[in-house]
Amino acid sequence: AQAGTPLFLVAQDLTLFCICVNVQSQPASLAAEDISTNSNGPKQDSLFDDDPEDLFAEATEEVSLDSPERDVLLSDGPSPAITPITPPTSVITPRIGHTHDDMFTHSSFDEIEEEEGGDSFDIHISVSDPEKVGEYMTSISLFKRNEFAVKRRFSDFLGLHSKLASKYLHIGYIVPPAPEKSIVGMTKVKVGKEDQSSNEFVEKRRSALERYLMRTVKHPILLKDPDVLQFLESSELPRAVSTQALSSAGLLRMVNKAADAVNKMTIKMNESDAWFEEKQQHFENLDVQLRKLHTSVESLVCHRKELSVNTAQFAKSAAMLGNSEDHTALSRALSQLAEVEEKIDQLHQDQANADFYLFSELLGDYVRLLTAVKGVFDHRMKTWQKWQDSQMLLQKKREAEAKLQFTNKPDKLQQAKDEIKELEGKVQQGERDFEQISKTIRKEVSRFEKERVKDFKTIIIKYLESLVQTQQQLIKYWEAFLPEAKAIS
Amino acid sequence: MSIIKPSFKNTGFNKLCLSYCRLRSVSVDLNHDASLLIDIPDALCERDKVKFTVHTKTTLSSFQKPDFSVPRQHEDFIWLHDTLVETEDYAGLIIPPAPPKPDFDSPRDKMHKLGEGEATMTKEEYTKMKQELEAEYLAVFKKTVQVHEIFLQRLSSHPVLSKDRNFQIFLEYDQDLSVRRKNAKEMFGGFFKNMVKSADEVLISGVKEVDDFFEQEKTFLLDYYSKIKDSTAKAEKMTRAHKNIADDYIHISATLNSLAADDMTANKKNLEKLSDLFEKFRKVEGRVASDQDLKLTELLRYYMRDIQAAKDLLYRRARALADYENSNKALDKARLKSKDIPQAEEHQRQCLQKFDKLSESGKKELTSFKGRRVVAFRKNFIEMAELEIKHAKNSVALLQGCIELLKSN
Repeated sequence: AQAGTPLFLVAQDLTLFCICVNVQSQPASLAAEDISTNSNGPKQDSLFDDDPEDLFAEATEEVSLDSPERDVLLSDGPSPAITPITPPTSVITPRIGHTHDDMFTHSSFDEIEEEEGGDSFDIHISVSDPEKVGEYMTSISLFKRNEFAVKRRFSDFLGLHSKLASKYLHIGYIVPPAPEKSIVGMTKVKVGKEDQSSNEFVEKRRSALERYLMRTVKHPILLKDPDVLQFLESSELPRAVSTQALSSAGLLRMVNKAADAVNKMTIKMNESDAWFEEKQQHFENLDVQLRKLHTSVESLVCHRKELSVNTAQFAKSAAMLGNSEDHTALSRALSQLAEVEEKIDQLHQDQANADFYLFSELLGDYVRLLTAVKGVFDHRMKTWQKWQDSQMLLQKKREAEAKLQFTNKPDKLQQAKDEIKELEGKVQQGERDFEQISKTIRKEVSRFEKERVKDFKTIIIKYLESLVQTQQQLIKYWEAFLPEAKAIS
Repeated sequence: MSIIKPSFKNTGFNKLCLSYCRLRSVSVDLNHDASLLIDIPDALCERDKVKFTVHTKTTLSSFQKPDFSVPRQHEDFIWLHDTLVETEDYAGLIIPPAPPKPDFDSPRDKMHKLGEGEATMTKEEYTKMKQELEAEYLAVFKKTVQVHEIFLQRLSSHPVLSKDRNFQIFLEYDQDLSVRRKNAKEMFGGFFKNMVKSADEVLISGVKEVDDFFEQEKTFLLDYYSKIKDSTAKAEKMTRAHKNIADDYIHISATLNSLAADDMTANKKNLEKLSDLFEKFRKVEGRVASDQDLKLTELLRYYMRDIQAAKDLLYRRARALADYENSNKALDKARLKSKDIPQAEEHQRQCLQKFDKLSESGKKELTSFKGRRVVAFRKNFIEMAELEIKHAKNSVALLQGCIELLKSN
C-alpha cells in the first residue's frame, strides 16, 4: 500500500459465500415462501453439512493463510473494468438455450401479472458460511437441475444490487437494498481474527445476504433479470468494481444523491392522484414507527446480552460462595444454583441471538426497504418534473416559432419547426413515462405491502416461538433445581 | 393510607396510596413465640421520611398493655441497635444488624430521567413507564419495611435481647424518642462502632486463637463474608438487567400499538395482539426481576450484614482475649515488682471471666446462627425456584396464546 492510500482500497475481499439455489414449482395453493434466515445465529457447522443433495460439501478447499496462493491473490492488481450491464428489459425475452419451467417463457410483463394468481415458484436460497478462498468453484448445470450452488463474494452481491438499482429504481420498481459494508468488521475478518466478535460479524453478514437474495428473487420482475440469473447460475462472475467506497462510480453516486436531495425540496408536484399522497404519508409514518421499534429492539438485544454476562458472573460467584460454605448440604445447593445459572446464561445468549437475527434484523431490513420505497416515489416526481420541463420547453419553442413567422428567416423557421416536432415527441414520451411509473408503483406498493405483512407475521411467530422455547427451558432447569433446594437440611 | 406530597419535580407523584401488604420475611418466621409478637402493619412515606407503625402483642407482664402501637422513624431503630451494641452484657451475642436507611434514590433519579424524556414517548408509553417507576418505588418501600420488621423480630425472639430495657422502651414509649436519641449520641458518640469498623479485620486475624471452634469460625466467616458480598453485588446486577428488559418490552409494546393505530389493513388486529402480548409479558418479566430481587439479592444482602454482625462478635471476643493476655502480663509485672498484686489478680480474674463468658455465649450464638442461615437459604431458594417456574409457565401460556391467535388470522 502506498502512503496515503485509504485502507479499504487495499484490502481485498477474499471471503466467498456459497449460494445454494433450490427451485421448485408449486401449485398456487402451496405457495409458502419463507424469507427468514435458516439460523438464529452463529453456527459451527456449515449449512451444507445438513444438506444431503449438496454436491459441494466435500469439494471445498481451504487455502491456508500461509499458502502461496494467498500471496498471489493479495497481489492482485486493480480489478478489471466494470462489467457491462445487461440492458433493462421491460419486455422479458425468453432465455435461449435453457429448458426452463413455464415461468421463463413468458414474454410480456402483463402476462406475468396475470400469472401471479396461478402457479408460483418456490425458490429457496441459502447462503452458507463463507470460506476464505480466492478462487471460484465451478458450478453445475443451469436450471436443468432443481438445485445448484455457486460461490460469490460480498462485493458480487453489492455489484448485483448496483446493477439492479440502476436498471429498475428509476422506473418505479422497489429494488431490495443490499446489506451494508462494514469496514471495521471486515478488517477483523481479513486479519484472520478467529474470535467471538468476528464470528458474529461473519454470521450477521451471511444471514443478511441470504435475506437480501431471497427478497430479490421473490420479486417477479427481478427474478427474470438476466443479471440476477447470471448471478445465481454462472460459475464465474467478473469482479464488480463500483462497490469500492470512494471509487469514481461511488463518488458519482454520492454526488447524485446530494443533487437529488436538493431537487426533492424544490419539486412541487401537482398531485392529481390522492392515492400517491396518501401512500407517501403512510410510508413516512411507517418509517418513523419502524425506526423507533428497531431502536427499542436493539436496546433489548443489548440488555439481554448484559443479562447473560451478569448471569455468568453471578454463577461464578455463587460457585465460589458454595465452596466457601461450610454446611455441606447448603454448599451443594449453592453449587447446583451456580450450575443452573450457568445454563441460564447460555439460554440468554441464545435468546439474544433470536432477538437480533429474527426481530431486530427484520426491522432493520424494513427500515432499509422503506428508503427504496421512498426512492421510487421520488423518481416518480422526477419523471413528472422531466415531463413538465419538456412541456414548458415546448411552449417556449412554440412561442418562439410564432414570432419567427413574422420574420424572414425560413431556415430558422424550419429549425424551429423541427425542434418543436422533436419536443412534442419528448412530451408524449414524458407523459407515457409518468403514467407507466405511476402504474408500476401502484403494483409495487401493493405487492410490497402484502409481502411486508406476510413477512412480519412469519418472522414474529418464529420469534415468539423462540421466546417460548427459552421459557420452557427455564421451567426445566428450575424444576431440576427445586429438589436440590429442598434437600438442604 | 397517606398522600404523598410531590417531592419529585415534574413527576406528578401526587397521590401514592401506600397500603403495605405483608411480605414473607427473609429470615425464618420469627414470630413463633406468642408471648411477644411484633409486626409493622403499615407505614407512611412523607417527603422521603418513612414513619413505621410498630405494633406489639404481648402476654408479658413487663409491658403495660397487651396490644399497642407506636410510630417510629428509621433513626429510632438505629438508636436501639447502637445501644444494644454498646451494652457490655451483650458482648457475647450476635446483635442483629441494623436495618439500612430507606433509599429512594434509584427510583427518584429514574423518575427525573423519565420526566426529561417525556417528549420522546407517546402518552401511553409515558404512563406505563411512570407506573413501573411507582411500582419500583413501592418495592423499595416494602423492602425497607420488611427489613425493619425483621430487625425487631430478631430481637423479640432472642432469649436475652428480648428482655432489654431499651427494647421495651422502643416498643412501648408513646412519645417521641428523639430526645433519647440525642442523649445517647452524646454519651457514646458512635465511638465503639467506628472502632469496630476500622479495626476488626486486623485484630481478629492478629490474635492467636486458643480454641479450635473459634479458629474455624474465624477462617470461615472472613472468607464467607467477602464471597457473599461479591455474590450480593452480582445478583443485584442480574436483577437490574432483568428490569431493563422489562422496560424495553414497554417501549416495544407502545410502538406496536402506534403501528396498529396507523394500520388500516387486516394486519391491525395482529399488531394489537402483539402489543398486548408484550404488555402482559413485560409485567411477568418485571415480577421475575422483583422476585429474584427479594428471594436472592435481598437474602444474600441480609446475610452479608448478619455475617458482619457475627464478625463483630468475634472481634469483641478477640479484644477480650487481648485484654486477658494483657492482664496476665500486668499481673506478672506486679508480681515482679511486688506491687499492687491483689488489684492485678482481680483484674486478671475479671478479664478471664469476661472472656470465658464471651466464648461460651459466642459459641452458642454462632452455632444457632449457622442453623438460621441454612434454614433461611433453603426457604428462599425453594420459593425462588417455585416462583421462577410459575412465571415461566405464565409466560409460555401468554406466548402460545398469542401465537395461536396470529396463526389463526
